[in-house]
Amino acid sequence: MRYLPLLWAGLFRKKTRTILTLLSIVVAFALFGLLQAVKIAFDAGADMADAKRLLTTARYSIIEPLPIGYLRRIEQVRGVVGVAYADWFGSKYQNESNAFPVFAVDPARYLDMYPEFTVNPGEREAFVRTRTGALAGRRLMNRFGWKVGQKLPIASEIHANRDGTMNWEFDLVGIIDAEDPVAQGNSDMVLINVSYFDEARAQGKGKTGWYVVRVADSTQARTISATIDNLFQNSPDETKTQPEKEFALGFAKQIGDIGALVTRILLAVFFTLLILTGNTMAQSIRERIPELGILKTLGFSDGKVTALVLAEALLLLVLGGAIGMGAAVLSMPTLNNATGGRFPPLFVGLESWVLAAIVAALVALVIGLPPAWRARRLKIVDALSGH
Amino acid sequence: MRALTQIVAITLLNLRNLPQRVGTSLVVVIGIAGVVGVLVSMLAMSEGFRYTLASTGRSDRVIMLRAGSDAEMSSGVARDQATLLAALPGVARDANGRPLASAELVVMVDLPRKGGTEPNNVPFRGVQRAAFTIRHEAHMIEGRPFAAGVREVIVGRKAAKQFAGLDIGSRIAFRDSDWTVVGIFGSDGDVHESEIWADAEVAMSAFRRTGYQSVTARLADDSQAGLAAFRDSITRDPRFSITALREPEYYAKQATVLSRLINVLGYTVATFMAIGATFGALNCMYSAIASRQVEIGTLRAIGFGGAPVVISVMIEAVLLALVGGAVGGTVAYLYCDGASLSTLNFNTFSQVAFDFRVTPDLLARGLAWAIVIGLAGGLLPAIRAARMPVTEALRTL
Repeated sequence: MRYLPLLWAGLFRKKTRTILTLLSIVVAFALFGLLQAVKIAFDAGADMADAKRLLTTARYSIIEPLPIGYLRRIEQVRGVVGVAYADWFGSKYQNESNAFPVFAVDPARYLDMYPEFTVNPGEREAFVRTRTGALAGRRLMNRFGWKVGQKLPIASEIHANRDGTMNWEFDLVGIIDAEDPVAQGNSDMVLINVSYFDEARAQGKGKTGWYVVRVADSTQARTISATIDNLFQNSPDETKTQPEKEFALGFAKQIGDIGALVTRILLAVFFTLLILTGNTMAQSIRERIPELGILKTLGFSDGKVTALVLAEALLLLVLGGAIGMGAAVLSMPTLNNATGGRFPPLFVGLESWVLAAIVAALVALVIGLPPAWRARRLKIVDALSGH
Repeated sequence: MRALTQIVAITLLNLRNLPQRVGTSLVVVIGIAGVVGVLVSMLAMSEGFRYTLASTGRSDRVIMLRAGSDAEMSSGVARDQATLLAALPGVARDANGRPLASAELVVMVDLPRKGGTEPNNVPFRGVQRAAFTIRHEAHMIEGRPFAAGVREVIVGRKAAKQFAGLDIGSRIAFRDSDWTVVGIFGSDGDVHESEIWADAEVAMSAFRRTGYQSVTARLADDSQAGLAAFRDSITRDPRFSITALREPEYYAKQATVLSRLINVLGYTVATFMAIGATFGALNCMYSAIASRQVEIGTLRAIGFGGAPVVISVMIEAVLLALVGGAVGGTVAYLYCDGASLSTLNFNTFSQVAFDFRVTPDLLARGLAWAIVIGLAGGLLPAIRAARMPVTEALRTL
């Protein structure tokens, strides 16, 4: 700490140069913060997965429906403490296909299965009681300006209504909320009451899309999955049961490896940054060789001079990195508003800060080491006569 | 004229002593190469995806879906309707008078990627006999077409490349049945190359379907008027609730969400990098000028004007930027042009395989970005150089 003023003076010896270098570090870390947030948003499904939840889908493709009669049979499996189910409605709202997902669910079963979603008791009760009722996620309510109590007209691309048209209308009776920002992204949906939906739809009655199974003990997840699938083996509708996390990871893999893409971009960014700051750093030390010679004359040991140079690089990176990450954090609310809930909420978590700190330290080390080495080997006589 | 010769003289002078400033100059080149490389590769991904969908379909063909459906997956056309649609007078006929129409069902099958285990939604299309006649672009590359009435499939070229177990002769298990791969087909690199095709009748019974997803037909009259008349004949008939779209129109729609997403990501990343690189270029040009202070002072002292100094510095910055842009573009081209990728298309909920496409247009866009960064990075240092008082500049001597 004692040497901070000295470091500061060294760093800002040439103001323009340091500020410009600092700005490029800021930009690099702001980008780092943003891309990490995007990556985390894509992994959200897997991160929120509950180890005690299993997903049962049709064995050969998740788009094939399963008979509703499976409900009772899955419930009887030992170790299963709750079963919910949902069906894909295939929504079209204001002429946009799948502007948001709509699931037809058994209200009580579904909400009990996902305790991370909070619905106030009165609204929950209304959803259970109202056959034409619907709940919508908080961010969707804001995005479309919906109000509780209004009619919600949504078309389906798949299911015709009783009147033969694809147009449906529901009563919006409540809001789905979530504390955790990741869970909030998963609440960007509309839930409708399956009893009304199944009765009114023209085709596919008595079927549902998938089952969600809660088990008492997560270590039993594998055994119970196998038991469920055995129940329906060789039936016309075979099943595939897997832990929720596995399902979510598999789905994310379908999109492709977002993580690898982000890593590659960031590698390009930081490689460029290395060259840029490395060059400035080397140049700055080169100009100060006589000064370093004086430090050594004054009795600074070789080690101390080396440490000073390294510390200067570290200070530069920490300063730029902190400002950049700070900028990323500050931009999140604006960004989340701009995407209007079409994208899961972005946020900078602790994990990103830790990673940023590691990257900053590494970059500082790589750009600081060559000039630091040079400073260490410096002989006082040469240094002072150098110019 | 005099100004021009001055500019040329100073610029040449600058360029000749560039080798002495290799270190700092390289910073500009590499910084800008990074920006352009990332920008071009990201746009090449988006362009490849867009191209794959945009090159699907021909404008003399229509695809008929249930009214209100934007994608085949959510559409449904009953058997009897499909027959009636194919029999409409607007549909072209072959030499034997059979309609050039193919009613098709599309389902998803789970297949792992090569070297992976997670399932992917690969589209499986049951097609009728006419499918190949109406799609000139579809042709066998290897093996033979599937035989009618048996569980045989042919696999699109790109699907065969991306997903495991699709070689000729291998058997794949879907639903209650085993299917044998008997051939690989190509289709001019379009979206059908990501699909698996089989006989519609066989697929329908194996997947226990009762209807099709769509009917694709060649128009007898493919003019705008012909299409309008065809649509008329559908809407007039109360038995139908069907939309008919020209194929290119339909497929272009399927690209919207994903290509917008990739584009936004690509431009955002490139903008950030460009800002960073501009700071780098500024730094470099400032230090280039600082190291030439005496030289510039001398030039000004012997009568060279301020403007030629400014312009020459700018030219140097832009030249360095162009070299950076060219390097970035070349790296992007070598690294990713033609690389294949498969992803989930959000519009259709199914896998689409496509190749990165580094087009001349994208390279030009990359160079344009490089020039802008060069200009932005060169301007302020150039002005400082020109404003430097001659006496002060020479004092350091």
